[in-house]
Amino acid sequence: MEAVRSAPPSIPSRTGVWVGIAAITMSFAAYTSALLVRQSAAPDWQHFQLPPVLYWNTVLLLASSGTLELARRRVARDGDAAALRSGLMLLWLTLGMGLLFVAGQVVAWRDLMAQGLFLATGPSTSFFYVFTVLHALHLLGGVVALGVANRRVQAGAGVRALSALGSASLYWHFMGALWVYLLLVLTIKM
Amino acid sequence: MDQSATAGAGHHAPQSFLRKHVFSLDHKVIGKQYLDLALVAVLTGMVLSWFMRFHLAFPNAAVPVLGALAPKSAAGGIMTPEMYLALMTMHGTIMVFFVLTTAPFAGFGNYVLPIQVGAEDMAFPRFNMMSFWVTCVAFLVLLAAFFVPDGPPIAGWTAYAPLSAVGIDAGPGMGLGMTLWGVSIAIFCVGQLLGSLNFIATTLDLRTKGMSLMRMPFSTWAWFITSVIGLIAFSVLLPACILLVLDRVGGTSFFIPAGLVISDKLQPHSGGSPMLWQHLFWFFGHPEVYIAILPGFGIVSHILPAFARKPLLGPKVLIACMFAIGGLSYTVWGHHMFLSGMNPVSATLFSVPTLIITIPATVTTLLWIGTVYGARLRFTTAALFCLGFVSVFVSGGISGFFLAQPSIDTYLHGTYFVVGHFHFVMGVAAMFGIFAGTYFWFPKMYGRMMNETIGKWHFFLTFVGVYCIFMPMHYLGLAGNVRRYSAFTDDYMLASQPLHVFITYAALFTGAVQVLFLFNLVWSRFKGPVAPVNPWEATSLEWTIPSPPPHNNFGDVHPVVYHGPNEYGMKGSTGDYVMQNSPEKLETT
Amino acid sequence: MGKLFGFLLAVITVVSAAFIVTKHWWLPADISVLGSGIDRQLEETMLASGILFVVSQLVLALFVFQYGDKKDDRPIKIFPGGVTPMVVGAVALVTVEVAVLSLVGTKVWANIFLTPAPANAIKVDVQAEQFAFYFRYAGPDGKFGGIHPELIDPGSGNFFGLDPANDTAARDDIVSGGLTIPVGQPIALTMHAKDVGHAFYVPDLRIQQDFVPGLSIPLNFTATKIGKKEIVCTQLCGLGHYNMRAYVDVVSQADYEAWLKAQAAQ
Repeated sequence: MEAVRSAPPSIPSRTGVWVGIAAITMSFAAYTSALLVRQSAAPDWQHFQLPPVLYWNTVLLLASSGTLELARRRVARDGDAAALRSGLMLLWLTLGMGLLFVAGQVVAWRDLMAQGLFLATGPSTSFFYVFTVLHALHLLGGVVALGVANRRVQAGAGVRALSALGSASLYWHFMGALWVYLLLVLTIKM
Repeated sequence: MDQSATAGAGHHAPQSFLRKHVFSLDHKVIGKQYLDLALVAVLTGMVLSWFMRFHLAFPNAAVPVLGALAPKSAAGGIMTPEMYLALMTMHGTIMVFFVLTTAPFAGFGNYVLPIQVGAEDMAFPRFNMMSFWVTCVAFLVLLAAFFVPDGPPIAGWTAYAPLSAVGIDAGPGMGLGMTLWGVSIAIFCVGQLLGSLNFIATTLDLRTKGMSLMRMPFSTWAWFITSVIGLIAFSVLLPACILLVLDRVGGTSFFIPAGLVISDKLQPHSGGSPMLWQHLFWFFGHPEVYIAILPGFGIVSHILPAFARKPLLGPKVLIACMFAIGGLSYTVWGHHMFLSGMNPVSATLFSVPTLIITIPATVTTLLWIGTVYGARLRFTTAALFCLGFVSVFVSGGISGFFLAQPSIDTYLHGTYFVVGHFHFVMGVAAMFGIFAGTYFWFPKMYGRMMNETIGKWHFFLTFVGVYCIFMPMHYLGLAGNVRRYSAFTDDYMLASQPLHVFITYAALFTGAVQVLFLFNLVWSRFKGPVAPVNPWEATSLEWTIPSPPPHNNFGDVHPVVYHGPNEYGMKGSTGDYVMQNSPEKLETT
Repeated sequence: MGKLFGFLLAVITVVSAAFIVTKHWWLPADISVLGSGIDRQLEETMLASGILFVVSQLVLALFVFQYGDKKDDRPIKIFPGGVTPMVVGAVALVTVEVAVLSLVGTKVWANIFLTPAPANAIKVDVQAEQFAFYFRYAGPDGKFGGIHPELIDPGSGNFFGLDPANDTAARDDIVSGGLTIPVGQPIALTMHAKDVGHAFYVPDLRIQQDFVPGLSIPLNFTATKIGKKEIVCTQLCGLGHYNMRAYVDVVSQADYEAWLKAQAAQ
């Protein structure tokens, strides 16, 4: 019997990110179902205005996905030193935009707290903080991953570096998509 | 694909003591670390159960050791009801999480899976190391609950709200102890998710040439399916624990409704849903029990053919059944909640898939029994534990058949029938899987053979012992004996007391028998006869490398696989079997 | 070794089954109208699974006994028919058994939990708390007074937090530490919890139901025999969980009315 040619394996780091995406998706699904159950459990759901800065943050995060993709294509161009340089700049810009997003979320939290809306004020505010804080924490994880990938690309855009960048990018885009979903839930529910 | 370009593979052998034995990236060391952690946990959990059982049988007898260890909660050596509940909570939590989710899956899986698929290591060695140390931290945080002023929580391993959510007013141990529980389990979830990540990526991406999915050993399949189940389950438990801790320390009301008066205090929460906790918890909790047992399925399916000297009957059917069990496990969680106050129509919706799960479970049992038919059984200790596994799994599975029906559960819920059921499948069958794995893979891990005579005494005494402990619990349940009671003072339960005494003697006896296992483990590591490469004449890749294996498992040569793992009972170049990496053609008989 | 395993397993199987067959430890006598449905379901399941248990354990024991490696040239034998007939047979058998049990069991379940109490049912409000049950009857006006948790005062016997001063319906409510009911009459319990989760279990009546804080849950039954039976808590509720009980006292109609009059007079 011949040694069967096993199916070409995918890159572990990519599989890893998809697995991570599955886990995070599942956990936010759990939070969402908790929200739905909690809202229908009692008539104490207070609606409130979402801080406008959230919308600016959204634009920022989605734009950062754009800059990230632009950057990836540039650094992957073999032998083009100028593209590599500009690509790297875009990579660090993306990372900066991510950090700016988190800063913007802090502004949103302070905005709410100034209105007297804290974690324990009511179920709607509780979920607002749970969703946005957890998303921000996961995004910071993505910032770290992107930072590590950027450093590798900086040292030389080889196969390993590009692979790490690919995985970090996948996660980054997921964070954007997740934020859009959360914003939708917040808009509808709060 | 050039595997060395991918993350994880190809790290150099460590030199320093810390790197070799403590913060190791080597999946073999990490696997052994998990097994050692599980060993400490199971001894702790077992001792807790001895104190519990002694108190149940002899509620008025003083235990001097107890009085010395816990002067406040066990003044004069007799434990208070809250101490009983605290021991019970910690026993369940430690056993379910730190024994049954670590040893069969993270312990053996980490050690064996990469080798079985022909890889040098797991896909993400650093995450792997992190997963172990995170689990360790979780264990320490949990144990810390024993040492806080008010003691460990008393809400059971299921931690139902609002008892678990309101804080210290709910009773002793429900302050810092309960919060530590929530934090510990949340940390544990993170460790498990990191583990699942590795198992899935390694199985999908690091298989060696020729190792198609259908040629993977059954144990690898089981670990893979378990890791997928765990990925989803722990992703739901983590949010549940976070919300619980927020209710406790953040003033939120996810699980606490309005108008509760506890310890004469009107609680400042409102609007929450205790049922929400139950749904979130059991959505995790039911798949969790399959996480505990599926690796045992895989281990037994892997080991039994080697000692039957014939192929497992229906290998594809077995794999399909494991998938079916994994998938169905997500549809049945409400069978823990038939009487919880949820819509009674839901009971039927949950009961039907619960009964349907009987089908793949029955089929796998028949496959094992069918494999034993016509075999040439070699009665090693590992083989005996596999055969014992089949028996106790039948016993535990059948009692589940009763509980799966809401009408019958109306009577049996909350009784010792349930305790007997889950201990048979988890406390015994899963443990037998761990024992089988230990006796089977010990030679590979430590390069020495365990003592078979002591092993056989261990098996037979344990086998009889566990039946004496847990079969009578079903009778207690039929008589309406309620569980989670620290003493039986109700009139109608007094008649059952002699049975409780019998169970306690059986439990203490069986516990004592485990000394044989411990002694064998330790003694064999240093004095056991040197193990050959393939002492069991088994077919899978772990039996092609030295005992113990070198740092990168296969040396510099990646193995090439030509066969599945099931080639027993035929004419092979090495005997009545053909190894997976042997290029010889199979003779059709 | 195989012979020892086979022998031990056979003994274990026979002894385990014997205790079931002889009903040595068994359910108490059923004193409810709907309990017989549960008992029948249990017996049918016990029969089917008992046979399955005994047969599979004894077959396993027999095979292990027989098929040790005798170091001879006997070839291995594949199970007759191989895997397909076995799987098909198992699937068919279990499916049929599951279908039958589900269909019958659903009716039993629906009778208990999905059938509203008849109009003449005696309504009793039950409160579970750490660590006691209290029962409230509506009194001659047939109406229950409102519950105000902030007014709860166990010291003065105001377990439910009634406000008789301002609430006329509450004035004639009868509060008792035990559930006294007339035989043969439908009873409609409404169950709520004061503090944490509890449960209500009377094995003789074959009824059990959790109390969920924040919810009011119905439970209906009819007792068929006079007698005093224990109600025990089956949902872990704290340190006094093991000691949390009350009694259901099933009495004649005449005795029940006399009891009500005596309670109302207090």
